[in-house]
Amino acid sequence: MPYLLLLPGMLWLIIFFILPLVNLAETSTKTRAASQETGEFIQTWRFANYLDAFKEYQPQFTRSFIYALLATLLALAIAYPLAYAIAFKSGKYKNILLILVIAPFFTSFLLRTIAWKQILGAEGPVVFVLRSLHLIGPDTTITATSFAVVMGMTYNFLPFMTLPIYASLDRIDPRLLEASGDLYSNGVTTFRKVTFPLSMPGVVAGTLLTFIPAAGDYVNAAILGNPTTKMIGNVIDSRFFRIVDYPTAAALSFTLMATILILVTIYIRRSGTDELV
Amino acid sequence: MVDMASSATGDLNLRNITKSFGDFVAVDDLTLTIPKGSFFALLGPSGCGKTTTLRMIAGLEEPTSGSISIGESDITHTKPYKRPVNTVFQNYALFPHLTIFENVAFGLRRRGQKDVKDAVEKVLSLVELGHLKDRKPGQLSGGQQQRIAVARAIVNRPALLLLDEPLGALDLKLRRQMQIELKWIQTEVGITFVHVTHDQEEAMTMADTIAVMNKGRIEQMGSPVELYENPETVFVANFLGQSNLIEGHVQSDSGAETSVDVHGSRILLPSSRNRGKEQKVLVGVRPEKINIHTSSTSAGKNALEGGVVTDISFVGVSTQYQVEMPWKQEIMVFEQNDGGAPNIRKGDRVTLTWEPHFTFALSPES
Ligand SMILES: Nc1ncnc2c1ncn2[C@@H]1O[C@H](COP(=O)(O)OP(=O)(O)OP(=O)(O)O)[C@@H](O)[C@H]1O
Ligand SMILES: [Mg+2]
Repeated sequence: MPYLLLLPGMLWLIIFFILPLVNLAETSTKTRAASQETGEFIQTWRFANYLDAFKEYQPQFTRSFIYALLATLLALAIAYPLAYAIAFKSGKYKNILLILVIAPFFTSFLLRTIAWKQILGAEGPVVFVLRSLHLIGPDTTITATSFAVVMGMTYNFLPFMTLPIYASLDRIDPRLLEASGDLYSNGVTTFRKVTFPLSMPGVVAGTLLTFIPAAGDYVNAAILGNPTTKMIGNVIDSRFFRIVDYPTAAALSFTLMATILILVTIYIRRSGTDELV
Repeated sequence: MVDMASSATGDLNLRNITKSFGDFVAVDDLTLTIPKGSFFALLGPSGCGKTTTLRMIAGLEEPTSGSISIGESDITHTKPYKRPVNTVFQNYALFPHLTIFENVAFGLRRRGQKDVKDAVEKVLSLVELGHLKDRKPGQLSGGQQQRIAVARAIVNRPALLLLDEPLGALDLKLRRQMQIELKWIQTEVGITFVHVTHDQEEAMTMADTIAVMNKGRIEQMGSPVELYENPETVFVANFLGQSNLIEGHVQSDSGAETSVDVHGSRILLPSSRNRGKEQKVLVGVRPEKINIHTSSTSAGKNALEGGVVTDISFVGVSTQYQVEMPWKQEIMVFEQNDGGAPNIRKGDRVTLTWEPHFTFALSPES
């Protein structure tokens, strides 16, 4: 009887997750017959599609993971102090600060990324300040660089990093910090030995919530990048919708998914958080 | 830090400590000295300021005014991690991410002590939980967690150990056993224990000195026997054991003996046991000090006549009588079941007698 309660969920999963996945897997081994029109493929179980796709787009793959890793690290560096301050130091402003963290969600992801193009643009404030300080030359620009892409991703995924870290910090019983002080730890040691380990579930969740979508992202590279900063998401996008090469796009999607899955598994194992929750 | 923890020893002195939270005064002008090596109990009802007092000694709360020192060194503004003080928290506060072993080793590691393993294993066997050292606190019962909290504190051999109701979660049997163990540990390691409790029996059996606290103030301080036999305030008389308190008026005071008129009867007591300041006093006597008679014999004793037995309950070692006096007050009487007890039934008219030196008198306002 209790299994009946699982039914709606199972149906949802089968219709919207399992079936498309099976379909994608099936598409990935198809080939285009010469006689056929664009968009028509026949199933030939050609697993070499994977090898060909990977060989051709290996640079974009590598770039995706490097950008995603950089954005994740940057977001962590910004989000952790922010979450810490909100959880422990904000007093009565806690709720206002939390709302400010999620406030960007009220406008579209796309619009905000386009706005960054303006902000980082040749006429924008960032370039102006940097030029006035002579940190960059008069002809240097920031948009259409890998720097802009990583910045854009860092910005866009910051709330996904901040909120889980905040949640796990906020859950820490302040009496544990007192106990640590009582047992001869100063502030720094208490942070290293108590606060940080107890916030690990939030750090792991935040880094996953940032890294996974960042690795597959294409909006930031499309809007803030240039042809040499293309990520795997951009390739899949153009294979699917512009060139209409479904098998290659499907093979790339699967490879991306598998790589992320492997990386995430290794990460979770190594951070030892299964026991923490 | 190591030096600090071992060098600052001596009596703990609290001088005129006050702690306010906004308008609310949680601890009010508290002054007390806790001798080095003693087992000191802070006893009082919930919310009277016991935990707040401990937190100020531990450095987790800054006093609004007053000073705290251990021996010669003033620690009023010393950071908690630099104080030679460890706390067993009311809610244990064990680190959930560390094993039991690492929880106990925490303080030793912070001070860079050698032989951590030996010290931890020794203290774990002292609390009989050595076999659980690889578990996490979440996998322990409440009572086991409490014992780990004690172990985690005493392993550091602090000058002063603060225990905030450390036995609250234990069942009666384990509680008695832990009381004996704690007392034994205290004599064994010779460190000063400040034990907070609201269980008067626990305080009486364990402590050398008890301070009874009420509404942020110390009502009375002394040995368990002193507090029980010679309470100075109504609060203490009722909080430690049971007392019969009867209104009366002081008639005369010879300096050695005071005579009080209690609803027409003359009650005598040693003048030193009269804490009243005015003519109107409350005369007190403990239920087990009273004898109950069916005839009116009162040679050389204090006696109250005309009582009617309204309830009798047999509790094994003793029988408890409830006697209604002519002025409608119920008096409790405990008689030992040693064969000498009279055969009394409900509704009998009785006379109550006791020795004058068991009598005490209190100020009604106290
Ligand atoms: N941080 C605080 N802010 C405001 N009031 C507080 C604070 N801490 C304690 N109090 C108040 O001070 C009083 C004393 O509290 P305390 O915790 O010392 O009581 P306690 O004697 O330990 O009681 P219990 O036996 O229930 O543990 C209580 O009335 C409590 O509400
Ligand atoms: Mg308390």
